[in-house]
Amino acid sequence: MEFAFYFSSGAAVVATLRVITASNPIHALLYLVVSLLAVAMCFFSLGAPFAGALEIIVYAGAIMVLFVFVVMMLNLGPTTSSQERAWLTPMVWIGPSALSLVLLLQLLWTLFAAPTHAPLALTSVGPKAVGVSLFGPYLLAVELASLLLLAALVAAYHLGRHEAKE
Amino acid sequence: MSWLTPELIDVIVQVLKAIVILLVVVVSGALLSFVERRLLGLWQDRYGPNRVGPFGMFQLGADMLKMFFKEDWTPPFADKPIFTLAPVVAMSSLLIAFAVVPVTPTWGVADLNIGLLFFFAMAGLTVYAVLFAGWSSNNKFALLGSLRASAQTVSYEVFLGLSLMGIVAQVGSFNMRDIVEYQQEHLWFIIPQFLGFATFFIAGVAVTHRHPFDQPEAEQELADGYHIEYAGMKWGMFFVGEYIGIVLISALLTTLFFGGWHGPFLDALPWLSFFWFALKTGFFIMLFILLRASIPRPRYDQVMAFSWKFCLPLTLINLLVTGALVLAAQ
Repeated sequence: MEFAFYFSSGAAVVATLRVITASNPIHALLYLVVSLLAVAMCFFSLGAPFAGALEIIVYAGAIMVLFVFVVMMLNLGPTTSSQERAWLTPMVWIGPSALSLVLLLQLLWTLFAAPTHAPLALTSVGPKAVGVSLFGPYLLAVELASLLLLAALVAAYHLGRHEAKE
Repeated sequence: MSWLTPELIDVIVQVLKAIVILLVVVVSGALLSFVERRLLGLWQDRYGPNRVGPFGMFQLGADMLKMFFKEDWTPPFADKPIFTLAPVVAMSSLLIAFAVVPVTPTWGVADLNIGLLFFFAMAGLTVYAVLFAGWSSNNKFALLGSLRASAQTVSYEVFLGLSLMGIVAQVGSFNMRDIVEYQQEHLWFIIPQFLGFATFFIAGVAVTHRHPFDQPEAEQELADGYHIEYAGMKWGMFFVGEYIGIVLISALLTTLFFGGWHGPFLDALPWLSFFWFALKTGFFIMLFILLRASIPRPRYDQVMAFSWKFCLPLTLINLLVTGALVLAAQ
């Protein structure tokens, strides 16, 4: 299981790097889908199959489809690719990358200075356990999220409605 | 032979079983192309392919030879990596979903605790095949077809999942084998979950974009939609992928609503379980073809309105009533 975890998290890191560096927007989105699938595999290897399946269904299967849908409608051709390449010059990315590298080194140092030696995949969390905790201790968060979604739904309905005939 | 431990033999047997199931699904998907044309001929009062071999049975071989030797042409204006990836996704995603279908008590590839969710995940990924095929072809008809397909599939997948939640609430598990066992002890789900069955069947037809819902490839308007630029084996993969989708949805309808492998005389003759499963699955495959033979294609806005304004409320009511009954029975 440890091997599966490191393998899929490695795939996720590489795919996410390609999301940033790819110049073609559709290719970048394809890498983002791969990255989400890899994160789902991480969930599976950590003993949370329900979270992994939901990650694929909701993120890879629904949200990313809408992203790809919109980008396809924009009809971004080779001009976008060259524009992206022109924008991604070393001058732009070296500063933030160096700062992020410092943060990464700090994170690695914290992890390796005091290792917890906790094994991976302690327990398998099934759908029932997730449901019980969602409607138990996290009930308020669920209700607030549903209120937010309701507001988004009303807004989308308002934007999408046809004007009444005069 | 000390390395041949019982565990290793068990693993080898399981792998062989999985390979046999894979081959059977792919071969029956390919055979369906011939069966469908003959049945369409029968129902529409014409002959269909009847020249090659007895009753035209070798038509499939002729078609396959043609497909293998056709030039595998990639248009120069296409986005090559994605153009090649799309048919692979089309064929493999539904084929992988077949892993969770329990064929008989002892046969089946994966016995997952989240079996049903695994199917939803794979069904969600099939959209990418159509989306990427339409976009990478760099052709306006292909793009229009894939835009239609993605909007349609996303709409129908909403209640593809919801229509089965009534079953999950009654059984209390996403595991396909648990669902089959529950139907053996109680009623087959076609009776208590009839609304779920009707909506799941409609959504299944729409997700495989079969006939009444084949707007993505409507020949009259879009000249074949998203796979217009494909030729040879790449087109063949789309073609077989569609039939694999039919086999998968039929097998799921059998498993979820018609008691899976259960049937009479099972105690005396255990091998009948595969026969019952194949018989029920074959019945639903015939139903798919009969739909294509008899129903005209609705307009695209009618398809979308039917999904959101009729099927979605129906599944929600079904889920509410089922939930209330399950709660009352406790």
